[in-house]
Amino acid sequence: MTSATPAAVSLSPTRRLSDRVGDRLIVVITVLAAIAAGALIVLIIYKLVDGASASVSKFGLAFVWHSTWNPSAAAGVRNANVFGAGALLFGTVVTSTISLLLAVPLGIGIGVYLSLLASGRVGAIVGPLVELLAAVPSVIIGLWGILVLAPFMRSTIMPALHGALGWIPIFGTPSTTGLGVFTAGVALAIMVLPIMAAISRDLFLSVPSELKDGALALGMTRWEMIRGVVLDSSRAGLAAATILGLSRALGEAIAVTQLIGAGSAIHANLFDTGDTFASRIAEQFNDSTGLWTSSLFYCAVILLVMELVINFAAQVIVRRFERRMGLAAR
Amino acid sequence: MSVVDPTTPLTVVTGNLARRRRVNRLMLGSSTAAAIFAVAILVIVIISVVQRGASQISLSFLVKDPAVGIAAVGGGIADAIVGSAAIVAVATAMALPFGVLIAIYLTEFSSPRTARPIRLALDLLNGMPSIVIAVFVYGVLVAGFHQTGFAASFALAIIMVPLIARTTSEMLLLVPRELRDASHALGVSRWRTIVGIVLPGALGGILTGVVLAIARAAGETAPVLLLSSIFGNTTSIDVFGTALPNIPMIIFNDSESGFPADHARAWGAALVLIAFILIGNLVARAMLARQRRKLVAR
Repeated sequence: MTSATPAAVSLSPTRRLSDRVGDRLIVVITVLAAIAAGALIVLIIYKLVDGASASVSKFGLAFVWHSTWNPSAAAGVRNANVFGAGALLFGTVVTSTISLLLAVPLGIGIGVYLSLLASGRVGAIVGPLVELLAAVPSVIIGLWGILVLAPFMRSTIMPALHGALGWIPIFGTPSTTGLGVFTAGVALAIMVLPIMAAISRDLFLSVPSELKDGALALGMTRWEMIRGVVLDSSRAGLAAATILGLSRALGEAIAVTQLIGAGSAIHANLFDTGDTFASRIAEQFNDSTGLWTSSLFYCAVILLVMELVINFAAQVIVRRFERRMGLAAR
Repeated sequence: MSVVDPTTPLTVVTGNLARRRRVNRLMLGSSTAAAIFAVAILVIVIISVVQRGASQISLSFLVKDPAVGIAAVGGGIADAIVGSAAIVAVATAMALPFGVLIAIYLTEFSSPRTARPIRLALDLLNGMPSIVIAVFVYGVLVAGFHQTGFAASFALAIIMVPLIARTTSEMLLLVPRELRDASHALGVSRWRTIVGIVLPGALGGILTGVVLAIARAAGETAPVLLLSSIFGNTTSIDVFGTALPNIPMIIFNDSESGFPADHARAWGAALVLIAFILIGNLVARAMLARQRRKLVAR
């Protein structure tokens, strides 16, 4: 039809059919793949909300802070088949906070060491080793946590903290197994640490050397230079890195399930058991039915919302930072 | 502050300067200590696994199915090794073409405006907790049906796609613009340029990304917990028919058991898994270094 018209032929007289079809086809296929990635996000959101709808319509937004979680469907039991994620919200906030309190300063310290202190050869060994820590699967961290870390916590760390700081309620009586919120938080810190370290190292390396040299030339000690120039100009990036670490800590299910001891009450005592959104899903999903499953879907929706918010927050921080740096450079 | 005695020689470090130097030493020392601490954790974890796992590893541990019965001693994890391999292989077969196609779109065809939402989608997929992806795949493939190895593969593929797409697009960007231009100038069509020039040039880097994604997927436990955890103890590669035994599930189940024999099996399985992952990471690192040299030297 149109391809037979003289105009079309003269436009590309030598192009073979396979080339014309191939060029068109590769664009179409790659565009479809790219669109599918976006569609997948939409589908995930739809499917999770759909699965949670029964629980959402029954418990509403109050699900997030009510702390009754009772899957028992037997007649006559008080609050039977009533679900609320208050204890999970508490456990998630506490474990994530512990992990960030430990991992952020340590990660920044490692970043300083790798970017400014380590000699080339030592840095070339230590840097990859820290990155390898991120490759250790969470189930192995959990296995190690149950059989090595928890007994050590039980025998050494917990009694020491309880003895020295026992008057503060959060350092209460240690649990008998060593499993609990604190141990889970420490394991999460091990997983957040390599993220923090890798990002802060890259941030510190990108600080212009004129600024660093200038600070040293003014007679600052190296630490004063690091605090005043390197850390100060990386503030936004470090905030974004912390947020990414938080996203890792919030969503980790397996190691937390293994280490947190599956408690369902809210305790001030960090050495007691607890649960997070992610670990509750991992523990109970395979046994659940009906409204119970729907409530676990609800937990997944909450995790998803947290993740979306965190991701956007990190992007906003980085974008604002880039704009500021762009203006400064001009 | 104390007044500095003007008669002391300038080389004597006193007062404020001495304090600043002390703070300096303290802070730099703690940074170094933090780095040592991180490496120590890695070493301690790996030594724990090797020490306790090595006594388990034998030929029969790798090629035999598990012994049947509660706290049964002996037997191996062949079923889990085969099952994990099958699940990850199917996941790779799905994620590899998908990830590479997205990367080709991003580097070759997209405008900044169209690339932005795609990159955002990849970032969101990358940051999505694996347990959330597992719940999603449960809703799509398992609810109303039953667990299958394929469902686990599908979830792992979702985890792998952003990793493969990102490393691939980074590598495609490293392929020099001149190669594409030269190809176009010779009258080669766009798709032949991509398939014949650009992709082969970046092949090493693409494979690096794939190896890293496989290493990541092999250890992912949340997806297999929800999607392929109710299985018998026999070796099978029936990915579409049944849930398949796999290494992360063995470790997870045995770690929570009360029996020492189960713990021993968990350590053995952990050693197999961590050896696979560490070797994968080292291979990927070596491949990446080679690829960079190749592309930069040009």
